[in-house]
Amino acid sequence: MLVINNLKATISGKNILKGISLKVKPGEIHAIMGPNGSGKSTLAAVLAGREFVEVTEGTVTYLGKDLLSMSPEERAKEGIFLGFQYPIEIPGVSMVNFMKTAVNEHRKHKGLDPLSASDFLKLMREKKEMVEIDSKLANRSVNEGFSGGEKKKNEIFQMAMLEPRLAILDETDSGLDIDALRIVANGVNKIKRPDNSFIVITHYQRLLDYIVPDVVHVLYDGRIVKTAGKELALELEEKGYDWIKKEVENSILA
Amino acid sequence: MEKAQDKILSEVTSGEYKYGFYSDIEMERIPKGLSEDVVRIISSKKNEPDWLLEFRLKAYRHWLTMKMPKWPNLKIPPIDYNEIIFYAAPKQRKTLNSLDDIDPELKKTFDKLGIPLEEQKHLSGVAVDAVIDSVSVKTTFKETLAEMGIIFCSFSDAVKEYPDLVRRYMGSVVPYTDNFFASLNSAVFSDGSFCYIPKGVRCPMELSTYFRINSANTGQFERTLLIADEESYVSYLEGCTAPSRDENQLHAAIVEIIAEKSAEVKYSTVQNWYPGNKDGLGGVFNFVTKRGLCKGENSKISWTQIETGSAITWKYPSCILRGDNSTGEFYSVAVTNNHQQADTGTKMIHIGKNTKSTIVSKGISAGKGQNSYRGLVKVLRNATNARNYSQCDSLLLGDKCGAHTFPYLEVDNQTAIVEHEATTSKIGEDQIFYCNQRGISTEDAIGLIVNGYAREVINKLPMEFAVEAQKLLQISLEGSIG
Repeated sequence: MLVINNLKATISGKNILKGISLKVKPGEIHAIMGPNGSGKSTLAAVLAGREFVEVTEGTVTYLGKDLLSMSPEERAKEGIFLGFQYPIEIPGVSMVNFMKTAVNEHRKHKGLDPLSASDFLKLMREKKEMVEIDSKLANRSVNEGFSGGEKKKNEIFQMAMLEPRLAILDETDSGLDIDALRIVANGVNKIKRPDNSFIVITHYQRLLDYIVPDVVHVLYDGRIVKTAGKELALELEEKGYDWIKKEVENSILA
Repeated sequence: MEKAQDKILSEVTSGEYKYGFYSDIEMERIPKGLSEDVVRIISSKKNEPDWLLEFRLKAYRHWLTMKMPKWPNLKIPPIDYNEIIFYAAPKQRKTLNSLDDIDPELKKTFDKLGIPLEEQKHLSGVAVDAVIDSVSVKTTFKETLAEMGIIFCSFSDAVKEYPDLVRRYMGSVVPYTDNFFASLNSAVFSDGSFCYIPKGVRCPMELSTYFRINSANTGQFERTLLIADEESYVSYLEGCTAPSRDENQLHAAIVEIIAEKSAEVKYSTVQNWYPGNKDGLGGVFNFVTKRGLCKGENSKISWTQIETGSAITWKYPSCILRGDNSTGEFYSVAVTNNHQQADTGTKMIHIGKNTKSTIVSKGISAGKGQNSYRGLVKVLRNATNARNYSQCDSLLLGDKCGAHTFPYLEVDNQTAIVEHEATTSKIGEDQIFYCNQRGISTEDAIGLIVNGYAREVINKLPMEFAVEAQKLLQISLEGSIG
């Protein structure tokens, strides 16, 4: 699905990612954890194609294609979805209109005809139920005046609508109460299939109580310093990140 | 609505001005330049009565004493009035009796513009008056409307058939001394639309005028006079296009509206004159005086305008709220892209008691466009309990454009409540990226975002125009973000 090889990236000349390698297979859920400032969100930004991050070295191959040469919208249409840490408000643009444009762009890319208005609304209804979001949400403008939790639920709803091959959730759990967290996690679990994959970026272990990862990576200072099974998340929860930092420093000294 | 929007999004692929073609129609023109003789020639070409010639001459003589206004926030190159042709009309052998009598080239022109002249084929229920260069060529649904006592015809026909009405109301809202361009128009106006809605009648269909400048070096000076008698209602639309030409063309129109007691008039404009090319060459100078008089109590006049075209726009559709409890509204979206300039807004003059006005102005600047909102809210001494709410928003695309707001408030009555809100925002890269990440291209994203921004105004337009307006907004901003 996704192969990242020795990826290095800078933001305004500052080195943020310092050689990341990662392989995600179909059907896998990868969790990326790490302290603040370790480069988690930058990694998500590179994968989605944000311009302010400059890739200086390395390759990213997605479904056999060179991901870094694709435009953000091409990546999206090829099945990459980014759940934003801070979803953007677009005043005056209804969710219906926004999603209809997006869904039909995806369909066009696949050589399908646009959905009729009634089929589209039916699809919206199904997905709203699936991810348990308030049906009124869809009648409002994109994220405008949404609470933090509503915005995150709206990201999951959009993910359900677009059915991505690879979803990257950037700290989707931050700022959520336990009920919202459960709704977000249930959404992910319902969307999960053997042929799609998730990269779940999180600061805390608690999301992983609901979304069980196959692999956990710890990102520190722009590098993946530890990779293990789901038990690693529990260990981090218990011990914090300091022991990882120490381990890294020791290995550098040694 | 949703479906229509999709169609628009898929239809729109190129940012070129679509209406820039020129039709080779046999025209009758008078020599260029302006003099008292020219005014007389225009009047005699139209077989006008003496009182109208007198009106023109008074206006012309007054105009000679005037200077072009300097106060707009616009850079207007000098205009040589001796290089303009003040009268041009498609040649016709005789009076038109049916559509078959229209020059096929002319008919083709309107077909290209998507303007339906054939009533039987036309389902959307809009009555159309088509004005090309100086004259009205065809008014549809005349007979159907006549059954209800509604008069909808060209201005010239109105002068012939309803001289009393024209004489009584023409110049009563915009006097010939009003301003430089209003005086010029009053001297040389060629045609336009006339509309009268009788007492108690709700006009059953949208009335619409399409203006088209076709000939080179020709100015277009039309007048619209719209009278809504007591307790009547009408919704009126106008659209405008012109060929792409390297030289500037002058358009100086007058619109006068009179709303009697409890009458309501909704006047919508989608202005898409040729804006000039990307380097600012050519384009229409759109210097227009539009004013409505809420004459009777409980009357209401509502202006909605989508201004996407013209090299320079200078217009302030206004309401004089003379009747007690009368209401004035102004909803505007003005776009300036490339080298376009706009200085536009409104005047709300509160004279009667309990008068209300609402102003919603949305400016969009892109490229090197300069966009100014200029608005006056004036509350006179006897206008107790006047209320005004103004909202002026500016949206900037890129960093070479400008947005300016010039609100003027003159309040002479203590009971008035006047509110003014203004915001300026930029289309964020974040918003565009968010759309990109959902599979929406940058151009489409701008279209979505701009239409969302302008939605409050677009929603005020009649359905057919709303669709056209959304499409226009998207087209006029294409290529504005590189």
